[in-house]
Amino acid sequence: MGDMMTKMTKSVLAAAAMATALGGFAAPAFAQRDPAYAAARAAGQVGEKMDGYLGIVGAATPALRGIVNDINIKRRAVYSERAKATNATIEEYALTAGCQAILATTPGEKYQAPDGSWQTRTAAPPLRDPRCP
Amino acid sequence: MNTSKLTGRMAAVMLATVALGGCITVNAPEEPIVIELNVNIRQEVIYRLAEDAGNTIEDNADIF
Repeated sequence: MGDMMTKMTKSVLAAAAMATALGGFAAPAFAQRDPAYAAARAAGQVGEKMDGYLGIVGAATPALRGIVNDINIKRRAVYSERAKATNATIEEYALTAGCQAILATTPGEKYQAPDGSWQTRTAAPPLRDPRCP
Repeated sequence: MNTSKLTGRMAAVMLATVALGGCITVNAPEEPIVIELNVNIRQEVIYRLAEDAGNTIEDNADIF
């Protein structure tokens, strides 16, 4: 009886370990963009601003505002946490992230150039603030 | 014509202009005004934070 219990416990534990392992594989390493956000990005309706936040490129619609506000609130929370961890201000951290986010845009996506204009990313390096690394 | 006379005339003309116009018109420049965002943030700070910010973007791919 005791032996059987041990066996059962072992198999349950093994199953749990297996599930954890499988779950680890099944879930992507990093969460992906919400489909609505991904679509707006691909369509050039939203773009990366210099200050590290997302902006609406053309005419604003309630749907676009919703997407952009949602993303920016989440970004600000992340910037705030990382700024604290790195002894920087939120603005400093956000501007740095903006440099990187603009660099990470793919051709066709929109980003804000140092003069404030919206640009479409091409294969060429993006126009960035001279302070960007 | 000496200098003081000239200065006097210029002052009179300017006074007249201001008096007649009643106000001074300032025209907006043709060129767009470029506002330097966060001018007080130094490059060395950005360089220090660059790696961490890059990792943050990768780790939060859903919001970037």
